[in-house]
Amino acid sequence: MFDKSVAELSRALSTKQVSAVDLATVYLNRIERHKGLNAFLDVRPDVTLRQARAADQRIARGDGTPLTGVPIAHKDIFVTREFASTASSRMLKGYMSPFDATVVEKLGQAGMVTLGKLNCDEFAMGSSNENSHYGNVLNPWDKDAVPGGSSGGSAAAVAARIAPAATATDTGGSIREPAAFSGVTGIKPTYGRASRWGMIAFASSLDQAGIMTCSAEDAALIFNGMLGFDPKDSTSVERAAEDYTRHLQTDLKGLRIGVPKQFFGSGLQPDVEHAVREALAEYTRLGAKLMDISLPNAALGIPVYYVIAPAECSSNLSRFDGVRYGHRAEHYADLDDMIKKSRAEGFGPETRRRILIGTYVLSHGYYDAYYIQAQKVRRIIANEFQDAFQACDVIAGPVTTSVAFGFGEKAADPVAMYLSDLYTIPGSLAGIPAMSIPCGFGTRKRPVGLQLMANYFEEAKLLGVAHQYQLATDWHRRMPPGT
Amino acid sequence: MALTSSDVTRIAHLARIEITEAQTEQMLVQLNEIFRLIEQLQAVDTNGIDPMSHPLGGSQRLREDVAAEHTDRESVMRNAPASQDGLFLVPKVIE
Repeated sequence: MFDKSVAELSRALSTKQVSAVDLATVYLNRIERHKGLNAFLDVRPDVTLRQARAADQRIARGDGTPLTGVPIAHKDIFVTREFASTASSRMLKGYMSPFDATVVEKLGQAGMVTLGKLNCDEFAMGSSNENSHYGNVLNPWDKDAVPGGSSGGSAAAVAARIAPAATATDTGGSIREPAAFSGVTGIKPTYGRASRWGMIAFASSLDQAGIMTCSAEDAALIFNGMLGFDPKDSTSVERAAEDYTRHLQTDLKGLRIGVPKQFFGSGLQPDVEHAVREALAEYTRLGAKLMDISLPNAALGIPVYYVIAPAECSSNLSRFDGVRYGHRAEHYADLDDMIKKSRAEGFGPETRRRILIGTYVLSHGYYDAYYIQAQKVRRIIANEFQDAFQACDVIAGPVTTSVAFGFGEKAADPVAMYLSDLYTIPGSLAGIPAMSIPCGFGTRKRPVGLQLMANYFEEAKLLGVAHQYQLATDWHRRMPPGT
Repeated sequence: MALTSSDVTRIAHLARIEITEAQTEQMLVQLNEIFRLIEQLQAVDTNGIDPMSHPLGGSQRLREDVAAEHTDRESVMRNAPASQDGLFLVPKVIE
């Protein structure tokens, strides 16, 4: 059963070909077998099987949803009552949340069965998953390669089919980049679509929850249970519920695909460019028209992001003081010393670095020059997307400049690591829905992702455009060797 | 503009993160590289552009100011590094 999509599992459950308990058992065994990937941080079979039994009872009573009994794993950025919630940080080791994140709660109410919590970069800061306090996640396609980050555990788990779906979060590309590196489908919705309540905060004006699956169709099914207005999140968007599967069967005749020339510059590796151009050619065979567009200031996304994200991070992470929860140093002189030592010990190097950048750009005398200036350039970039969407329906291009890199290759050079988010950051800054779908393989048989972006609230259209490609190709069905 | 090690010490104090001398030197090099990247923004003409704090604009919604029971005390207190009688323990702050 492990090679089945969410859509197929849903049908098998509702027609009683398989029970939720059987399915949960299959995946729990697979998690155990692929423990070496280090994708999971917390697995509690008793909790999972209890949820699965409840799902079976619901299906027997006939009041299930299409998601009832389908297993899912959650990135360890979402707080959960029944599994530890650590944000992959030493700071939150063993933390048991008094409540579930809204996303977790909604998917639970739909009947999804939680397999456990997934490794990620500490507080979702990173592009390779090397910033986790709990060790690296391996890329199932090539154990020498990073799975991408920050949602590396989510990507690896779906790629290795040890979870049919996994929640993830995006701040500057943390869903699309690992989805591309690990060869799975990953989508972030419009900012404000998914509740941020219970998502451990990194950069609040950018953070957005999304999903990783084996296909766009699966992502659409899960979005139906996952997204929606939440009064507990002050930036949640009030809009009527919608069916995200409604455009899956819409054909692509006449679809205008904008191809930004800035995404095909000198930094783009030839293997990635080749796979992406092939995918674009496939789209023309499906009836779409390609058109050149320009996002002139897209490259400024990186400096904008590395002001805004650290600024908001330094503010959000000030709550960790070793008083109410989290790590507390063993020896200290007084309260201030206790807080300083607890934070120095509890946070890893990248988190400390970003807190310091953020503290500086928000400090007296620099706020306007850095933070406000970055917010203004952010608007320039967002406006360029609006200009582009005057002429095209969706935007397509590469997700990353290269296939997955090796462990340690960029770990010592923060700036080189930051540049790996060149193509994903602009969409995050604008707050538009964006996704990555598998479109081939590059150097050393490592996966390549195709990035698709649409305008605000056009997730259904975006998922349809991806699904039509997946009907015509089988890249998304390929599994890593040894799966 | 380049940071100095005393800037790093000051920022680390503001951020309440203890930092050793060796860490300060390493951090200084890394922060200066990052700020070289960030400095590109100073050259952008942003006259007449409004800062963007939320992708969809608008103001933040306010809820009714009513008391509500959110959770039980025990489930909150169980994560405290040190507590006594339902209170968080901290080092003495008032002599």
